[in-house]
Amino acid sequence: MEYFITEQQKTIKSLARRIAEERILPVRAELDEKEEFPWTIMKDLADADMFRVFVPEQYEGLGGGCFELCLVAEELSRVCSGIAVSYAATALGSFTLMDYGSEAQKRKFLPAIAAGAKLAAFALTEPTAGSDAGAIKTTAEKVEGGYLLNGTKQFITNGGEAEIYTVIALTDKSKGARGASSFLVEKGTPGFSFGKKEKKMGIRSSATRELVFRNCLIPEENIISKPGMGFIMTMKLLDRSRPGVAAQAVGVAQGALEAAVEYTRQRIQFGHPLISLPVVQDILADMAIHVEAARALVYAAARTVDSGAKDFTESSAMAKVFASDVAMKVTTDAVQVCGGAGYMRDYPVEKMMRDAKITQIYEGSNQVLRNAISIELRKRKAKTA
Amino acid sequence: MNIVVCLKQVPGTADVKIDPQTNNLIRQGIKNTINPFDTYALEEGVRIRERHGGKVIVISMGPPQAESMLREAISLGADEAVLLSDSTFAGADTWATSYTLATAIKKLGQYYVVICGRQTLDGDTGQVGPELAEMLEVPLITYVSKIEEISDVQIRARRMIDEGHEVIQAPLPAVITVTKEINVPRLPSLRGIAKSKSATIPVWNLQELGGDPVRVGLSGSFTRVVKIFYPQRNRQARIFQGDLGNQVDCLVDELKSAGLV
Repeated sequence: MEYFITEQQKTIKSLARRIAEERILPVRAELDEKEEFPWTIMKDLADADMFRVFVPEQYEGLGGGCFELCLVAEELSRVCSGIAVSYAATALGSFTLMDYGSEAQKRKFLPAIAAGAKLAAFALTEPTAGSDAGAIKTTAEKVEGGYLLNGTKQFITNGGEAEIYTVIALTDKSKGARGASSFLVEKGTPGFSFGKKEKKMGIRSSATRELVFRNCLIPEENIISKPGMGFIMTMKLLDRSRPGVAAQAVGVAQGALEAAVEYTRQRIQFGHPLISLPVVQDILADMAIHVEAARALVYAAARTVDSGAKDFTESSAMAKVFASDVAMKVTTDAVQVCGGAGYMRDYPVEKMMRDAKITQIYEGSNQVLRNAISIELRKRKAKTA
Repeated sequence: MNIVVCLKQVPGTADVKIDPQTNNLIRQGIKNTINPFDTYALEEGVRIRERHGGKVIVISMGPPQAESMLREAISLGADEAVLLSDSTFAGADTWATSYTLATAIKKLGQYYVVICGRQTLDGDTGQVGPELAEMLEVPLITYVSKIEEISDVQIRARRMIDEGHEVIQAPLPAVITVTKEINVPRLPSLRGIAKSKSATIPVWNLQELGGDPVRVGLSGSFTRVVKIFYPQRNRQARIFQGDLGNQVDCLVDELKSAGLV
């Protein structure tokens, strides 16, 4: 389908595809098996300027937005979602800084992120605070010379590998979510260590780890915006980043569709390739329709975010929910049409099915996001009534 | 100082067909690409610049369409490119090619290393690097698999030979030819691609190059291609069956009856 993308966007997309096919494809199964962080690939992505895509030009980026990030995430995820999320998590860890950081903070951190010399991460989730993000317990106590961080963050993508962390902590416990603030924390800060490294179902080459803060002193200048702004900025951040997860979902679905078509063309049963059986054709056609519909919705949502619209909660939630449900369905169907072979680790589709599941869960579970969409519907009706 | 990398545009496959009537390469329908060995030369040039500073200038003698290859080289990290193109350059053998390249390198000014791929995919002679060193009157190190040390005035490089490798030290400037063991060429970068699109690539014809007209192209060539033919395939295959002992016996019998042992 024609999505009227610019020359620059075409260049980004085709280079991301080339990296995926030439560098990621040969190693994806091994990285998945060994649960090994893809440092060599991160270097390839950095050398190719892929981390510059989402950074403003004045900080040595290429000035792209949500849409460009989606193009890269989709192409990488078409071959390996674990690598796509390791890349995209750096964007997630930098957006709060880009949108609300001071000039000095941006000058200090963004050029290294743009160059791919440092990865970033975003830390909100805690053992007691998942969907209920307002229930976080990590505190940032104001002391002389800065803030003292105490608490544990859980399931943090790029944890341990990233150099720069955007961490949400309570500066005023009595105010709950309104007492939350956002901090830039550098790896190596005394009192900041890493805990358990998670063993996951899918996206296994990505790092998911606990962050532990024990009397970790953060300099005053590392707070982003003002105290108490943490929760609001986080909600905005996730609205902006969700199309990236959605693009990751479209990518893995696209990869599964292509693998299914290839397998069913070659596999002969009853004297014919599987793809000549109407029942298989129906499944493949439905897969293709859903992948394309998801892509169209994700691109539209990403463009809405980039248009400067004030509120895009609904658009970005719709894209994330739909695309991730499509990814789960399409990857499951891909395993189905590949039959016994599809279930085996020698073929790529079982990995894609495992990788797809997380897209329905993280950056807002699909249930929480459906809830958010229906709240918007009610609000709109209430305004016109 | 300049690092000069010589590139050649070749058909993007080793599986080329020859027109039996004209003895020429059939170029229709074949995508051209940077000679694979030259991509290692370019990557090494870019790496030397990253460590050491300077400017990577890529040059190529070829038809006007070789400009696209030079743009690709810029996307892969080259700073500047020059295309040597003139109808009088056509039909050059390696000697005339080397003369043309050497004249251009001298015209580019001071350089400290010239890097070539070990050979091309199409001509396969491996002669241009050595001839260039001769014409530039500088030291030559061929089949380099690793640069151990390079400064403004000296290079120490590991060179592949049949029995292993040898380490050679030479004063700079020098010419080196590199093997594929030397590095893993990078992919293009987005900034490199943007630069390659807007880059101006000068085209030097004979007049601009300022070379001797009788030493370029066909007139400057000592060799002529008289005939191109496919080699006769005389190889035969025989697969022996049975257990290992039986297979060995059969093989020995076969070799004896053929008078080979």
